[in-house]
Amino acid sequence: METYYHPPDLGKFAEIGKEAPELWQKFLEWYNAVFKEGALSEREKALIALAVAHAVQCPYCIDAFSTASLEKGSTPEQMTEAVHVAAAIRGGASLVHGVQMRNRIDKLSM
Amino acid sequence: MGFITLANTRNPLADAGTQRATLASLPLARTFEDAAAAAGHAPLRATAISVLQMNLGRRCNQACRHCHVDAGPDRTEVMTPAVVDATLAFLERSDIPTLDITGGAPELHPRFRDIVRRGRAAGRHVMDRCNLTITRLPNYADLPGFLAEHRVEVVASLPSHAARQTDAQRGAGVFEDSIAALERFNELGYGVDGSGLLLNLVTNPVGAFLPAQQAMLEADWKRELRRRHGVSFNRLYTITNMPISRYLQFLMDSGNLQAYMDRLVTAFNPAAVEGLMCRYTLSVGWDGRLYDCDFNQMIELGAAADAPQTIFDATPASLAGRRIVVGPHCFGCTAGAGSSCGGATT
Repeated sequence: METYYHPPDLGKFAEIGKEAPELWQKFLEWYNAVFKEGALSEREKALIALAVAHAVQCPYCIDAFSTASLEKGSTPEQMTEAVHVAAAIRGGASLVHGVQMRNRIDKLSM
Repeated sequence: MGFITLANTRNPLADAGTQRATLASLPLARTFEDAAAAAGHAPLRATAISVLQMNLGRRCNQACRHCHVDAGPDRTEVMTPAVVDATLAFLERSDIPTLDITGGAPELHPRFRDIVRRGRAAGRHVMDRCNLTITRLPNYADLPGFLAEHRVEVVASLPSHAARQTDAQRGAGVFEDSIAALERFNELGYGVDGSGLLLNLVTNPVGAFLPAQQAMLEADWKRELRRRHGVSFNRLYTITNMPISRYLQFLMDSGNLQAYMDRLVTAFNPAAVEGLMCRYTLSVGWDGRLYDCDFNQMIELGAAADAPQTIFDATPASLAGRRIVVGPHCFGCTAGAGSSCGGATT
């Protein structure tokens, strides 16, 4: 079945660098530095990435950071809670815009 | 009662040759020989033997889903008396400092306690690779006391500090029994600072992924097992699952085999080659055959052809420096931080 997303495409990520190798190299160095242990542990960073992957709905990232989270020692329970954080922020982000709606209602209403 | 062993279910993977052929058929980016050579080991060779590992057989009271031994209650292979005697004689005339006893559940062997006593009488450090639940069987309730009396290091399997993951890998109710066993070991002083009685835990990932960083996990485990269950231990060893026997079957059934092998190859760590356990271990099978490690034993990759093939012909000198027999599965011991029966190697 033809779909826009293909799991093997994750393995071809580096092909993006073919037309712009310097930019790809800069991205790769920055990306790798981001996920190194710092003030946050590698495990915490992988969980954040997992949550963001769900927020931006990137299937490649979800696969990659589900594996990474398990390999950094996170449990399925912790990973599920991270997804709930992403979902709560997405849901809350929609809901908080209701204030803008109410502002508009107030402005237009008697 | 039906058990999930490959042997009992007449699974083609019960045959070691089928396992080797399955692994050999996978397209991998490089061979292990090439990877080891690039790390300065062409070919990979043994150093002196510092660990004599006796695999007392395939019998076990559990049938874990990841077991590379394909052990279970229905397996009948146990080390013969002649092999036990020859192996102990080999140990006693050598200066090998450590006797590592494994299985199956090695404690089920009728001469397990005799082996422990002989090893200790010879002044050797003795390790028992214990599944914990064996100590909950009525006939083995005194086992922890016996091990403590003889100052045996207990290396106990526990994949997770959570019940669900542990039971998913090792069977329903195993976690609860394991905690009860750990409580008993703690009562005897095992895993308690200053007692000198070592209780080390081994965790294998519950799935098709690599283990987490050992030191970080150890801190988590100590905190969680203490907080939730009031039990303590000395060290946590992370061990990468090997694509052998039932874990190989799991990888195939779940559609993860190629991706897992690619992951192992990609994660090859040249620094892990130097400390590979096969370089300092001699593995003795239940029938007396010699192997470079327990994993090679299970896929019947015997010691190099120019080395002694059985414990009856062996001398430590004739095995030192032997060429290590390798295959695609060896990438399991060099992935990431490296893996061995004693945990991470780098």
